[in-house]
Amino acid sequence: MLKNTKQTYGSFAKVMHWLVALVVIAMFAVGFWMVTLDYYSEWYKVAPHYHKSVGILLAIIVVFRLLWRVLNPRPEALKSHAKWEIVIAHLAHWVMYILLFAIFLSGYLISTADGRAIEVFNWFGVPSMGEFIANQEDVAGEFHQYLAYFLIGLVLVHGAAALKHHFIDKDSTLRRMMWGSDNSDHK
Amino acid sequence: MTKIMTLISTLLITLSVNAADYAIDTKGAHASINFKVQHLGFSWLTGRFNNFEGSFSYDEEKPEASKIQVNIDTTSIDSNHAERDKHLRSDDFLNVDKHPKATFVSTGFKALGNGKMKVMGDFTLNGVTKTITIDAEKVGGGKDPWGGYRVGFSGDAKINMGDFNFKKNYGDVWLELHVEGIKK
Repeated sequence: MLKNTKQTYGSFAKVMHWLVALVVIAMFAVGFWMVTLDYYSEWYKVAPHYHKSVGILLAIIVVFRLLWRVLNPRPEALKSHAKWEIVIAHLAHWVMYILLFAIFLSGYLISTADGRAIEVFNWFGVPSMGEFIANQEDVAGEFHQYLAYFLIGLVLVHGAAALKHHFIDKDSTLRRMMWGSDNSDHK
Repeated sequence: MTKIMTLISTLLITLSVNAADYAIDTKGAHASINFKVQHLGFSWLTGRFNNFEGSFSYDEEKPEASKIQVNIDTTSIDSNHAERDKHLRSDDFLNVDKHPKATFVSTGFKALGNGKMKVMGDFTLNGVTKTITIDAEKVGGGKDPWGGYRVGFSGDAKINMGDFNFKKNYGDVWLELHVEGIKK
């Protein structure tokens, strides 16, 4: 099923979740690595080009993901989940979304600070809106870096929580986001 | 005796009038600190520092007694490319968080005639002070149309990234300097 129900996540939500997870982690790794490249490295030009291109596409995908989220029924929390767990988990989800958009925006502001557009795989360009503050590329760069650290920290907490539900609480929290196994037991 | 004293003091006043002090006209942007670096050995990449201020004293009759001091805001480096500027400000190059200022203080002038001169001085960049020599030339001077008096120079100097402890060393940097001073 493509759509969510009150009990289960649909395929679209699952694909979005795992795609965004994979891309975010890969983007973090590439970003972390590419800033250390020497000028004469063959990756020096290509890696940032891919990083920016994928980043713009990811931003578009996350907008669709959010739209889908608000237009679809939301699977209810498992009955075994404590009230505080639900509140903290939801808070973490929304903070991750906010961080994602803050990282998209700060990344955009680095590359467009001089009026240049961001070329997405030489496919289309996202135009610059100009420089809003002095040395914008530096300020936006600091935000981009530390917000990414914060996001990855939160991703680790989110993943650890899912594993805790799977292996310690032995409930279907993680299985509901997967395919195959029976994930309808609404424990 | 008093006559000699008067003579000496008159001479001193005359001298100090001749050795006039000038403020570099950064307000009107009639001065620039440009640089160029070779890109891969194929072409020249140029840029500049947008913010700096300085002053000099200059005496047409005694150019050797001239002095110049310039303070440069290294965060204002501008190579017309945001991502490159960000990199140039990082600790790979200028490390502007730690060293937001570069300074040049002259230590000596050597007149070569015809308005040409060598300017020796201490250049502090990235926290490292090195003696450099600027090949300078007077471009012109005189009354401006707005009631002031100006004199202008251009100069060239070459520094090496390694001399100033840049983490990445891509060789020599040519500095192309233009200053116009307004008599204080």
